[in-house]
Amino acid sequence: MSVNLTLNGRATTAQSDPETPLLWVIRDELGLTGTKFGCGAKLCGACTVHLDGEPIRSCSTPLKRANERSVSTIESLSKDNSHPLQKAWIAHDVPQCGYCQSGQLMSAAALLASNKNPSDAQIDDAMKGNLCRCGTYVRVRAAIKTAAAEMRRGKA
Amino acid sequence: MKHIELSRRSFLKSSAAFSGGLMVGLSLTAGPAAAAGLVHTPNAWVHIADDNTITLISARAEMGQGVYTSMPMLLAEELNVDLRKVKVAFAPPGKAYGNALIFGLQLTGGSTSVREGWERQRLAGAQVREMLIAAAAERWKVDASTLRAEDGKVLGPKGRKATYGQLAADAAKLKAPEKVALKDPSQFRIVGKPTKRLDTPAKVNGTARFGIDVKLPGMVYASLEQCPVQGGTLKSFDAVKARAMPGVIDVVQIPDGVAVVAQSYWQAVQAREQLVVQWDEGPNANLTTAAMFEGTRAALSSGKPIPAKKAGDPDAVIAQATAQGSKVLRAEYLTQMLSHSPMEPMNYTADVRPDGARLVGPTQWPDALQGAIAKIVGLDPKTITVENTFLGGGFGRRIDFDYAIQAAQISKAVGKPVKLVWTREDDLQHDFYRPLAVHQLAAAVGADGKPSALTWRGASHSVTGRVFGLPAEAPDGLMSEAAVPLYDVPAARHELVKHDAGVRVGYWRAVSHNMNTFANESFIDELAASAGKDPVAYRLSLLENQPRMTNLLKTLAAKAGWDSPAATGRSRGVAIMEGYDTFIGAVLEISMKDGAPQVHRVTVVADPGRMVNPDTVEAQIQSSVIFGLSAALWGEVTIEKGRVQQFNFDSYRVMRNNEVPAIDITLIASTEKPGGIGEPATALMAPALANAVFAATGKRVRRTPIKPEAIAQA
Repeated sequence: MSVNLTLNGRATTAQSDPETPLLWVIRDELGLTGTKFGCGAKLCGACTVHLDGEPIRSCSTPLKRANERSVSTIESLSKDNSHPLQKAWIAHDVPQCGYCQSGQLMSAAALLASNKNPSDAQIDDAMKGNLCRCGTYVRVRAAIKTAAAEMRRGKA
Repeated sequence: MKHIELSRRSFLKSSAAFSGGLMVGLSLTAGPAAAAGLVHTPNAWVHIADDNTITLISARAEMGQGVYTSMPMLLAEELNVDLRKVKVAFAPPGKAYGNALIFGLQLTGGSTSVREGWERQRLAGAQVREMLIAAAAERWKVDASTLRAEDGKVLGPKGRKATYGQLAADAAKLKAPEKVALKDPSQFRIVGKPTKRLDTPAKVNGTARFGIDVKLPGMVYASLEQCPVQGGTLKSFDAVKARAMPGVIDVVQIPDGVAVVAQSYWQAVQAREQLVVQWDEGPNANLTTAAMFEGTRAALSSGKPIPAKKAGDPDAVIAQATAQGSKVLRAEYLTQMLSHSPMEPMNYTADVRPDGARLVGPTQWPDALQGAIAKIVGLDPKTITVENTFLGGGFGRRIDFDYAIQAAQISKAVGKPVKLVWTREDDLQHDFYRPLAVHQLAAAVGADGKPSALTWRGASHSVTGRVFGLPAEAPDGLMSEAAVPLYDVPAARHELVKHDAGVRVGYWRAVSHNMNTFANESFIDELAASAGKDPVAYRLSLLENQPRMTNLLKTLAAKAGWDSPAATGRSRGVAIMEGYDTFIGAVLEISMKDGAPQVHRVTVVADPGRMVNPDTVEAQIQSSVIFGLSAALWGEVTIEKGRVQQFNFDSYRVMRNNEVPAIDITLIASTEKPGGIGEPATALMAPALANAVFAATGKRVRRTPIKPEAIAQA
């Protein structure tokens, strides 16, 4: 049995067992390794992707849930780092080891998709599921504000 | 320009000697310069292709601390190239890349990269610059002194110019100069300037390659079941059910356990759950944290103390003070075991064949990994290539390479390239933990409230004994870090006792600075309180002969607003330390809520000497503060029945975005030699927190983590 999904805008068929966590399908079968494995238990957010625009933990989401739905990964933000979040991440030099940053960016992208002017509390709420052992949190917050400001300007 | 001469001759010779053989040792085909045409290697750090692609080699592993940028900055400063136009590659194992601060081993750790590379990397860049100039001089038949190197080109009289790429082939044939000129720091155009990290672009679009992302042709996946009790051994296993699971290729036994090998990672993990394994749990079967602490405490009196400092006769002074009934303060401090828990769980990819091996993955110590695996799989190290990836965090965990050995053993057993990926639970259960420690301090206090004598003894497991086989009687410098603080105490005895408490231990960010500074900076606070003195003023009174630390502490007090009262409900605690040649201090401002400390603000002042990338220095302090606070507030690995009781980030709590305090960082400009910055602030958090909790509650917590139960019991 195969699962049909839209991955980063492209119709895709996955052959893995439908119970396989989406994370491993994306990484090992479909070959997009930007999404990371951190805990396997929805505790760290490294595997965050969007399912129909909503942030989910792909390590704990079976492939079958993505059937006939749309999945977006870090690779969808932009390849040339032109997304406002990527630009802000570079401007603030957010990443250290970088391993959790795909998840941080995808959680931030989901936040800004619905709220272009998030308060500190709203940022906390959207980002508290994304662990970073390097402690880049201070810069993550600053970069989200920078990106939000750019997105507001872009809209005006 | 100043000339670095004979003292550096041996370095220049060795790197020059290495350059001839470099093409052999370096797998350039896998590197970024592969498509750039013929690549020339004037020395081990600079590769120049005919098409002007310049690749600078980082001999150190990038685990977040910024060497992927700071090492090239040092090289580019003297090579006179635009940092934005170079590529960076990780060094393969090679003697030229040894770390002079760690016995010449190719090891990234100990906050040594900038300290060790400060002169060496600039010399390496200057050496190649001079070789390119010499090649141009020869080609143009002019005197080298009429030429200069600028932005990747050599420029000469009458508008002559040649790119580095055009000169590289000739330059690489020249004898490397033994004497090169280095810029005076006032001429630096790269070093010391806040510089954008070179690895950020790849880390914001998913293209940075970590170990877990490695894919080799024909690769299969492994998941490894290891004994839940350290030191246990395999008795027997039944793999019938596991073998019947989808995708399973093989189930193999290796010394560390039973590996399930499958077509995909998830299949391997699922099948592993079907294994039935019998373990002989060995001598640790009934081990508990309580017993580990008891044993370590007992070792303080029964073990052999190794001196770190002896001045005067503090025992006599304390005995006399006791006899006379004058003030003697005694305290015991306990620090808990901790896990590194980097975000990327341990993993490694190995392709071991009868005639050689390809090893790819994250490690802080590639040359040792290569040598160890060569022995274990029975190959000549020359037939083994090692490619380092980005490390998804290190913090000392990836100095050990047990996971790489396992991958190689599994690959050899199944005859295929294998990627071994640990689960998060594997990672927490099979770490090399920061050792627990017990410190006992005593001080005689004079009429002026100052210590007239101090005895100080700490016991913990020697990590260096475990990793390097250091003899039991030899001092372990990584147990005695910051053991002797800068305070002026007339008579003092500081000693370390090694004690194996039963659980394997590893280097954990800031290593023994953590335990020693928790004891020192808590005790000095206790002395201040006992003397009725302000904690900062008291420390300053003992630092009269320490101008650099005095300046640091005064700056810190000013930045933290120490002399004005904290807001209602807020309290402050301070801690200072010299570590890794860096002088550093922190003030924490907290409040108490439901018996637990809430950290609102952290003020850090650091004097790290000369800096390469001040923005990275700031980032590393932010990082260390958060890493150290996680440990101080919640961090503990506990053992029951020989088993680690923490499994994932629910039972091993680390700081989240919404829990981060305001962090104010001030860097003191300095022309002192560079100090390390990846680790030291970590060690300040537990004592500063304990001191703040004392200020808030009057309760002195003498064990980590500083959690509500510990505060309630204090």
